[in-house]
Amino acid sequence: MSTLAADKPGRPWAPLMSRLFAVACGACMLFCLALLGALLYKIFGFGWDRLNTAFITGKPSFMPAKSGILVPLVGSLYLIGLTAAIAVPVGVGAAVYLEEYAPLSRWRTIIQTNIANLAGVPSIVYGILGLGLFVRTIGLGRSVVAGALTMSLVVLPIVILSAQEALRAVPGTIRQASYALGATRWQTIWYQLLPASLPGILTGVILSLSRALGEAAPLVAIGVATVVRQVPENLFTDEFTALPLQIFYWTDMPDEAFHEAAAAAIIVLLTVLIGMNALAVFLRYKFGKRIQW
Amino acid sequence: MALTATTPPMELTAPRRRWLESVIHAVLLVCAAASVATTVGIVAVLLSQSIPFFREVSLVEFFTGTEWAPLFSPARYGIIPLVFGTTLVAGGAAVIAIPLGLGTAIYLSEYATPPVRHAVKPLLEILAGIPSVVFGYVAVVFISPLLRKVFPSADYFNALNASIVVGVMILPMIISLSEDVLRSVPRSLREGAFALGATKLDVTMGVVVPAALSGIMASFLLAIARAIGETMAVTLAAGATPQMTLNPLKSVQTMTAYIVEVSQGDAAAGTPEHRSIFAVGLTLFVMTLALNVFAQMILKRMREKYE
Repeated sequence: MSTLAADKPGRPWAPLMSRLFAVACGACMLFCLALLGALLYKIFGFGWDRLNTAFITGKPSFMPAKSGILVPLVGSLYLIGLTAAIAVPVGVGAAVYLEEYAPLSRWRTIIQTNIANLAGVPSIVYGILGLGLFVRTIGLGRSVVAGALTMSLVVLPIVILSAQEALRAVPGTIRQASYALGATRWQTIWYQLLPASLPGILTGVILSLSRALGEAAPLVAIGVATVVRQVPENLFTDEFTALPLQIFYWTDMPDEAFHEAAAAAIIVLLTVLIGMNALAVFLRYKFGKRIQW
Repeated sequence: MALTATTPPMELTAPRRRWLESVIHAVLLVCAAASVATTVGIVAVLLSQSIPFFREVSLVEFFTGTEWAPLFSPARYGIIPLVFGTTLVAGGAAVIAIPLGLGTAIYLSEYATPPVRHAVKPLLEILAGIPSVVFGYVAVVFISPLLRKVFPSADYFNALNASIVVGVMILPMIISLSEDVLRSVPRSLREGAFALGATKLDVTMGVVVPAALSGIMASFLLAIARAIGETMAVTLAAGATPQMTLNPLKSVQTMTAYIVEVSQGDAAAGTPEHRSIFAVGLTLFVMTLALNVFAQMILKRMREKYE
């Protein structure tokens, strides 16, 4: 960059300062990446030896060397499966309503502002809501269903906001062409808009489910147990536990051997999460290239 | 939404189809209303237990008391020590994350080539996706022993420990939001400054950052709100000693950590101790909501300015 002000006699250091600033900002970025690298390296280094088939298929035990994560792992899978079944239809439905049905009214502005604010509510507050509403008032206890309903509320704003963004990216001409062919509003949504925005919606869904998989705070607040001996059979009544809660419990133990088990459980959790994240990035990349309006 | 006008009139639709369309419309409306119901639910549940709590513990005692000891007799419910702990941890996290995050955002927005940006952003998304409890683990198992080597007087669980991991947790949020606002500054402003002979540093710090300043501030506020609500990492790392201290090497308790402590304990429903988590939750909700609303307002104004 040719710089005139820099050539002025009063500022001989200006080009150097400019260069130094660029280096400093670059160093900030490298430091952030180094933090991520160090974190993953330490955890994988600490827990790798503990990770084996027996660990994944094992039941909990008071002896750290014998403990396994089968029960929390299955609990987590049930939890996010059910969360997806609740949050995805409701979230996408709300997004469709806001983007395609709600006129530019006060009502829409209120809902929209409300969703933006809900996205910033701490997850433990949702846990308190779940405790009061699902666990006590409706009487679902500490079951998978109560956990999934609570978790659905946590992720709902993320699903809605990302689905809205995906729908907004579909050009208006698609809607007009569909209406011109005599399609009703819902036919337009079902046959044109949803298929066209599917990659974007899926990306948001995956990201929100990975959030649900890693959250522990709402589950703690609704009183989900940390040690459960059996895989839940009845989703409405049986107690369950989840992977992040198991990690919390093991980390809180003073015994070093439990910390190793926690690291191994974290490796399992992070592998699933990073896999989901990679899938989201891949979807966005692949379909982002293919659909050219 | 100019498209609403192009929607086919209902008279042209077959009667059965018409019926289905209205049912679907109603179902979707219910979905959208669920989000409003959630907010109403949060406020209702928090108030339903907070109001009986405040009948036993006066508002004045709750908000001005400097001692939090629910298990003492008589029990003391002064929330200031918990707010103090939260502020200390969140403030420390902000001090760590803001310079690093802003520097990274400036680099990504102003300096990085597109391939670098495409490579770095997914990595930062991975960092953003790491669960809170994992950061808690890192704080307890790796950072705390390290801190105690450097500062032998530090408690095993301490505020600095929590600040460090919460700082790392809010980094991706600061980076991505700040980068967005920096990139939304029109190119013409940069080019105008370059034409006047400014260096890249002059342009970035003298033109781009000031133009985006309100948005950057909003990103800080959102990140601080997140740090205040952060739960699992803070519970594991900061300890469970509600006290008013400015020493980051001491163990403190945050509002969120207190809620976890009671949730895990055996306080029976209906006791003041158990009801106190609703009162603390309400305080937490109001604090984060105020920060979020304020930040959204700033962001909205910023968007109107440049779009």
